[in-house]
Amino acid sequence: MNQVELAQAPSEATADTVWIEQVSWIDSIPRSVAMIGLFVAFVALWQFLTLLDVISPIILPTPLEVAYDLTVVGTNLLTGQYMLGALWITIKEVIYGFALALAIGFSLGVIVGETAFGERAVLPYLVAIDTMPKIAFAPLFVAWLGFDIASKVALAAFIATFPIVVGTAAGLHAADDNARMLFKTMGAGRWQTLVKMKLPTGLPHLFTGLKIASVGVMAGAITGEFLGGGKGFGELIRISASQLNTPRVFSLILYLSLVGLALFALVTWTQRRFVFWHRAEVRAAADG
Amino acid sequence: MERRQPELTSAAAALRPTTRQATPPVYQLRGVSKTYARRNVHALDDIDLQLAKGSFSAVIGSSGCGKSTLLKIMAGLVPPTRGSVVLAGKPVTGPRRDIGMMFQQATLFPWRTTIENIVLPIEIRDGRKAARARHDAASQLLELVGLNGFEHVYPNELSGGMAQRAAICRMLITEPAVLLLDEPFSALDELTREFMNMELQRICIDQEATAFLVTHSIQEAVILSDLVYVMSPRPGRIVEAVSIDLPRPRTLEMLSTAHFGAIVQAIRDRLDKEAFL
Repeated sequence: MNQVELAQAPSEATADTVWIEQVSWIDSIPRSVAMIGLFVAFVALWQFLTLLDVISPIILPTPLEVAYDLTVVGTNLLTGQYMLGALWITIKEVIYGFALALAIGFSLGVIVGETAFGERAVLPYLVAIDTMPKIAFAPLFVAWLGFDIASKVALAAFIATFPIVVGTAAGLHAADDNARMLFKTMGAGRWQTLVKMKLPTGLPHLFTGLKIASVGVMAGAITGEFLGGGKGFGELIRISASQLNTPRVFSLILYLSLVGLALFALVTWTQRRFVFWHRAEVRAAADG
Repeated sequence: MERRQPELTSAAAALRPTTRQATPPVYQLRGVSKTYARRNVHALDDIDLQLAKGSFSAVIGSSGCGKSTLLKIMAGLVPPTRGSVVLAGKPVTGPRRDIGMMFQQATLFPWRTTIENIVLPIEIRDGRKAARARHDAASQLLELVGLNGFEHVYPNELSGGMAQRAAICRMLITEPAVLLLDEPFSALDELTREFMNMELQRICIDQEATAFLVTHSIQEAVILSDLVYVMSPRPGRIVEAVSIDLPRPRTLEMLSTAHFGAIVQAIRDRLDKEAFL
């Protein structure tokens, strides 16, 4: 069709076409309003259920009781009394456990992901151990390492190691054939290929493993304290529960979850700093 | 086995001895065969070819005709089963810095800026310090391909065509004696691809580069090359070397001339004949 024909073509759509996209009202609520609203609704329902008197207050305390206990525990922590010491012990277990899991998990991941021996001989054993209920090993760790923090660190690290191995190994396999061929043509050795190409390519996978590990390490430390005693926060929870002090159990769990959240946030922050290109890629893929 | 000489068209036969005399071949393959014993595949059979200095050659053939294997042998990534492979007077026994290579995908690394990607081959071979010393040269190459100002931009922000331009710079930074191009623009859209082919011609003339292109587009092979090798599959061998007598510099207008069409048709006939034998 040439330009003359185009100009002479009868124009049927004279008015602008207005296209109104239908968005459900619930999806148009801003994020902050939606989150706060959901929280308020949840607490209101909780308060309502406890006021109905169908559930014993020993089993389920009212939100107000929990809120009051949060201030009690908070004061105890802020004034540096015995709870702060307990929390510090648990934090140490989590940090040591995470560091140990990172060191062991990363090393095993490189062996599994980089060597044929690792993939053939080491990986099957790792998979076999990973399928075991790892928490069941807690009594063994206590027997081997005693009631001090070492046994809790060991259990926390034991649980957190596997996702890091998987993340590292998967990351080392993430590089595509083009990148491998390119490095070959540049005469790169195995070490250079690993450090300059495979590891950076695999970082997003590694961080996925680290995020799963950061959740697991917390569970490991607390389970270790439940089963192996000691002086940590898990022990406080266990004692409060045995005294049927449920508001205290709730508030201790909430403070403990802040520690887990902080670790998760630290991993996420590190990822954003080191894998700065990945978010842009995900965004580009979504746009494309 | 009987040694087959590639048939030459009259034009090519007339041209080849003269080019051989005028400029010695930069890259020479003699009787190169490749058999993958494990899979019992006879990929290449008795390949003879030579690349004259500053010439642009292409190899064309259907998929599975062994052109990728040929390119890998020429890049020093795979050893031939038989035959001699000589670049700049020295046998190719592995990857070499005087071999530049480019693939269908730009394969720029997203954690490196454009200029850091370009000096990567230097960094791999000579270390970080040597790579930094070549930043000025890299900037000049970026200017050559029309990407000046993009030194510190991350590859995420480059379009497909821009990324391939950066890949050209990375290939040129080591000042290679030969450029091996493995369908370099086939992932780009048709319009960008035609334009990039003209850019490639300009860059090759500017750098006096000796280039070898693998493609499955007859048009692309003809518009870029001085000599087109036609390959047939199972086993991969060169059945014809067609010299392209279109004047330089080539332009996109030539794509619609009768002479261009006749050359393309002749090569297509040759390919079709081989493909269905």
